[in-house]
This record gives sequence, C-alpha cells and structure tokens, in this order.
Amino acid sequence: MHFDPFIIPFNIGLYFILIYVVGRSIIWFRNLSRPDKLRLQRGFFGMAFGQSLKEIFLESLIHRKILKTNLRLGYMHMSLAFGWFLLILFGTIEADIFGSHHLNPPHMAIFFRFFNPDHGKTAFENGYAFLMDLVLAFILSGLILAIIKRFSSKSVGMKKTTRLKHLDKIALASLWLIFPSRLLAESLTSGAYGTGSFLTGTLGAWFNSFLPAKQAAYPFWWLYSLSLGTFFVLLPLTRYMHIPTELFLIFMRNSGIRTGDKAGTYSEVEVHSCSSCGICIDACQMSFSAGINNIQSAYLLKAIRKDEDTSGIVFNCLMCGRCDVKCPVGIELTSIRMIQRRAAGAGNGIHNIWHGYLRTNPVPVTAKQPASKPSYDFLPARKPEKADILYFAGCMTHLTPSIKNSMVKILDASGMKWSFMDEDGGVCCGRPLMLAGNDREARELINFNSRLIWKSGAHTLVTSCPICYKVFRESYYLDVEVLHHTQFIKQLIEDETVKMNYLNKRVTYHSPCELGRNSGVYDEPKEVLRHVADLEKTGYDDGNSLCCGGSLANLRLQSPDKHKIASFAAAALSAPAPDYIATACPLCKKTISAETKIRVADIAEIVAESIVKPVANGMKKQRIPNPIETSKV
Amino acid sequence: MNRFGYSLSKARVIDYDANNHAVAEYIAEKEPSFRLCIACGGCAATCTTGNFTEFSLREINILIHRGENRKPGSDIRKCMLCGKCILVCPRGVNTRNVVITAREAFKKFGINAL
Ligand code: SF4
Ligand code: SF4
Ligand code: SF4
Ligand code: SF4
Repeated sequence: MHFDPFIIPFNIGLYFILIYVVGRSIIWFRNLSRPDKLRLQRGFFGMAFGQSLKEIFLESLIHRKILKTNLRLGYMHMSLAFGWFLLILFGTIEADIFGSHHLNPPHMAIFFRFFNPDHGKTAFENGYAFLMDLVLAFILSGLILAIIKRFSSKSVGMKKTTRLKHLDKIALASLWLIFPSRLLAESLTSGAYGTGSFLTGTLGAWFNSFLPAKQAAYPFWWLYSLSLGTFFVLLPLTRYMHIPTELFLIFMRNSGIRTGDKAGTYSEVEVHSCSSCGICIDACQMSFSAGINNIQSAYLLKAIRKDEDTSGIVFNCLMCGRCDVKCPVGIELTSIRMIQRRAAGAGNGIHNIWHGYLRTNPVPVTAKQPASKPSYDFLPARKPEKADILYFAGCMTHLTPSIKNSMVKILDASGMKWSFMDEDGGVCCGRPLMLAGNDREARELINFNSRLIWKSGAHTLVTSCPICYKVFRESYYLDVEVLHHTQFIKQLIEDETVKMNYLNKRVTYHSPCELGRNSGVYDEPKEVLRHVADLEKTGYDDGNSLCCGGSLANLRLQSPDKHKIASFAAAALSAPAPDYIATACPLCKKTISAETKIRVADIAEIVAESIVKPVANGMKKQRIPNPIETSKV
Repeated sequence: MNRFGYSLSKARVIDYDANNHAVAEYIAEKEPSFRLCIACGGCAATCTTGNFTEFSLREINILIHRGENRKPGSDIRKCMLCGKCILVCPRGVNTRNVVITAREAFKKFGINAL
C-alpha cells in the first residue's frame, strides 16, 4: 500500500514550491551583475561554501542570534525550524530503514505511520518512535509559544492593508494546523494498532478507548496533507518565503556580495529574507521612546515586498543603525532604506495574486524626478591655504563654537602645519542631501569641497562632525587620510605630541550613530577618554549605544518626539551620575545638553582643558593662538 | 460711489487675486510645523547658504505664507539641507522638511519648475 488519494495535496504543494524556488533562483541569478555572478560562482565552489553551510545550520535552523537576543523568541524559531528539519531528516531515515523500499518519494517519509501502521512493535523500532515523538513534542512546544505570541504581543500586529491579508491568514492557519493534525493523525493510527511512543502512543491509546480510532484517523491524515499543500502553495505570497530565501542570502553574502547603493537581486533577496522576528522593532527608539510604531525596518521591508508607496516610512527614521546591527538575518537595513530614499519611496502596489507570484524586482530602480531641483551655481571659486593638515569643522560644529575653539587649541598645540578649511563658514559636506535622497545634487557640494581639499595639498583631513566624516570617507574620492578628531587626538597622544593632565572626573560616553555604528569607530574616542578621565559604562555601549534623536536623517520627526528620544538618551547617560557626559559629535552635544543638567562636553573640549602646555618643538606655528576660552558656550 | 476726495496710488494697491495660497496650504498640510514660524530670522542668520548668496528662509516663509511664490520658487533651490536652521529655530519648525515639501509644491503647481 503506497498510495492513497490524500497524499495528492501534499505532493502538488511540494513540487510546486520546489519548481517555484528553483525558477526564482535562476531569475535572481540572471539579474545579478557580472562581478556578482563571478563572486557567487567562486563562493559556491570555494571556501565560502562550508562557511555558508555552517551559517545555515546555526542561523536558519538553530537561530543562534535570536537566541542570544531573546531566549523565548529564539526557542520558538528554533523549535519550528530545527524541529521540522529533524522531523524530515529522521522521517526520511525511518522510511529508508524500516520501509519496504529504499529511496522513497518524500510522501513516504511524511506519512510513514499511515503506510506502516504496524511499525513500532520491536524494541528498536519503539526506540525510534520515541525519538520521532520527542521531535514532534519539541515542535509543538514552539508552536504553542508562537500562538501565544500572536495573540498577546503588539510587535507582531503588523498593519495589513492589501487584499493579501486573507491569504496571509490562510497561510498562517495552514502552518499552525500542520503539526497538530500530524499529532492527531499519528496518535489515532497508533492507538488503533497499539504502537507509538510516549506522545502519540499514550494519546492514541486514550482515544482508542472511546473512539473508532482507525476510522477517525483518516480525516486527520487528509487535514495534515492539505495543510502542508496549502502552506507550500501560498508560501511565495507570504512572509514565509523567507525560509527558502534566507538560504540564498547566506550563500550570496558569504561569496562577498553586498547591498551597494542600487536596487538589485541582492537587495530583493534581503527584502524577502526577513522573518518578521520583530527584533528591529524592539531595538528602535522611534518605537520605545517616541511611540511611533509604523516605520520600523520590518514594516519597511513588508511594504517593499508588497510594492507599496513607502515615502511615509522611509524618511521617518533616524538612520541610527540600531536595527541594522541587531537584525539576526543580517539584512543591511540602512542600505536598503537609502536605496528607497533615492527612489523617494515610490511603489506601484500589487494588484492581484499573479502579480504577487511573478513579480521579480520589488525595489524601484528609477528615482522620481527631484522636485524643483536644487542648484548651487552661486558657489564662489575659492583658493585655499596650503597646509599638511586640513581641519573641517562642519556646519554643526559652527553652532557649537566651544568644540571648534578646542580643536583650534589642540591643533595649535600639535605644532603641525594646519589650516582651517571652513573658518568663515564652509559649504555643507553633502551628507544631509544624500540622506534626503538627493545624491546627484550632493555631488555639486562634494565636488566643490573636493577641489578645495585637493588644492590645499593636505595629506590629512580632520573633521569634528561624524556626519561629515562618514561622507568624506565613503563618497569623496580623495587621496587624503580622513580622520575624525578623536582619531587625530589619539594619534597625538600616541606620538606624545601633546601631553595631558589626568582630570579627576567620571565620564560616560555617548557614541554617536554616524561615528560608531555607521562608520565603525568605537574605540579611539574611548581610549582618548580613558587617557584623561574615568570612563563609566552605561549599559548602552558600542553597538547598543543610543541615538540622541537629533539625527539629520529623520526628515519627518516633529520636535516633541525628538525631545522624547533625546531625554531617554540623556537619562541613560546620566544614570551613573557622571561629572561629564562625553560625546564626539556637535549635534549630539547640542541635543543631549538640552535634556540634562549634567555638563555635556565633546571629547575635544575635555582634551583641550587637560592639555599641559603646547609642546613648542621649534616648528613655526601657522596661526597665532587665540586666547581661547574653552568654557561652556 | 462716494468720492472722498483722495485716492490710493496705483503702486500701493495689493492685488489679492494675484496671490496664490496653494503652495502654503500644501506645505502646511504635509509639514504642519510650517505654521509655527514667527519670522524671527534665526534660520536666516545662521544659514550656510546665506553665507554665500542672498538667501533667507525667513523671507521664503513670509512670502509663501502671503502667497507670493515667485521669488521663493527660485530661491528654495539654493538650500543645502544642512540643518543648522533646525537647531536654532525657537519654534521647533521642521525647516528642512519645509524646504523639501516646498520644492515638491513648486513643482506640483508649476511655479519655477525647471
Ligand atoms: S528586519 Fe531583521 S530584525 Fe527586523 S523583523 Fe526582519 S529579520 Fe527581524
Ligand atoms: S535606523 Fe534607527 S530609527 Fe530607523 S528604523 Fe532602525 S532603529 Fe529605528
Ligand atoms: S528660525 Fe524658525 S521661527 Fe524663526 S524665521 Fe526661521 S523658521 Fe521661522
Ligand atoms: S538647511 Fe538650508 S535653510 Fe537651513 S541653514 Fe542649511 S542651507 Fe540654510
């Protein structure tokens, strides 16, 4: 007995999804750029392959990163994914060893108990049945957690506006039905034949005591097959598409493919790999400080998948990167948001089911025509001073003169030949325009500044603003070393060019988003601080540091909400009752100091205050040191 | 009609029909903080662009509110979105989004669309 009509829905679903995934992978591969194709090919036949397999095991099955962040959530994901995997694996082995043939079609493993109801009488068979029951119990425990989560947690109550709503519900219901129906089907069959182990056997025996178990089992085998088939067929339309897609993502990432700044296969695969775990929602200050709960990355990805207009979502984000570093799937969330910003969040919407299956590139490639195009043809030609070191304060630093003055003092003390690029006010670095999606217009400013830097003949560019730092490093094509002032000061300390007194002060450090998470500079500022003061931890350090709320990246945030975010950050930094709150960004300083009584100082200010005396090493000073007051301005 | 024996000189007549409030309404709807501006001029005083050329966000705000869109329509293109004005604005006007929305509006209503 190897066939029964009830296996038909399962088989239809299984072969449909297999063919669909293969077809879609081929389309994705074809749409890759040539270099990325080569990367993937090399990755597939090289070292990266083993790495990918390991990562698939750890992340797609065990869900190690989610476990680390949230044990319960991780257990839920693990029991469903790893449990299901084990069930298939052990089921296949079971069918192979105990079945009448070797190399059976998949349904023989899935519906093994139906086709071999007598199985499980000998001790060895019974031991194996115990294992299978154990795995099933493992999955069911996760399923119970999932159901509780769905009905109790707000984080999963994502807004659903499209007509796919019903399909999502059907897919979810079929997923939830799979394992309970298997449990009932197996139990009833086991009950009728006196087989099964601690779960199915016990339950089956109990059912058999008052039910015609053999007859009652049959509808549940149908239900089991139907729910599997339905789930597979609907998979591409729902978020569960992340299960096959994530595997593809891991291979691509380990082959060295990155999101870049244009929409393409990789960003599309990323968008579909989100498991809606909600970790990004919990990490977002827009959510937990300002109570804005519809703009987080999970919602953005969902809207992109549905090809909706995302303009209301993309620009209402601090681009702080907190979600990006925490996403357990490793989706480059800030890069994806930048791509959407360049396209001004355009979307066409999904009009019907077929569109949902056949759509291939949901992230718009072409930007809308920029509205009333910006133009900077008024900028004058300038001739810079020649110097070795060029200091660019940046717009924000000009609003916090104490930082600027401190840097002048430090640069003078260094004895180096330096010049102040934007002393009388400069041109914006271009990053704010880029964050608004106006890359092409930003180029005008970038070219203007690049010419100045190039003509100055400097080999090092020092800036006080992390926003400028990021864009100088990533979007200017310059042949100079770009340093944030904290990195520059650290070099001065290492060369013993400047000497500092130890201030007997306790400080906490606020790592600015653009410097820390978005540029990877965590250590230099802290090392400089430790050199002059006593650095305290806040519980929001390095990758977990908070955003001050003042971010220029958020174009929509209203000032009351900004204050809520800032006051949460200020409270966290003030908690250890430090003498100073130190930061490394003029914008953070301004935003945080409005919310706390404790003095907020840039590292440059603290250093300038502790400098022993300018080391006059004979070099001719380029500037006459001003009698600078480094006190509060 | 009564004759009062005096008249307005032609040049001082304000022709309200020539004013177009569509832009102001569009901005105020999309960025409500636009209404909060008291024309203090803080933004213009600190402005990065204003350092290089004649440009004042205060003036732009006043003119748009009045419905005189011609000058703002071309001036608005000069803003670099640097954000200094947001930090100095005493009224919490989200100035950068005012600029962005104004650009959209000028394009939408065909004023100085380039
Ligand atoms: S984007 Fe990442 S963190 Fe957010 S829900 Fe998706 S998988 Fe989870
Ligand atoms: S970048 Fe920051 S503000 Fe934006 S969604 Fe992520 S956590 Fe929230
Ligand atoms: S600083 Fe603010 S209130 Fe003052 S003129 Fe500018 S926008 Fe208006
Ligand atoms: S954002 Fe625009 S208006 Fe505001 S200060 Fe900068 S250049 Fe001036």
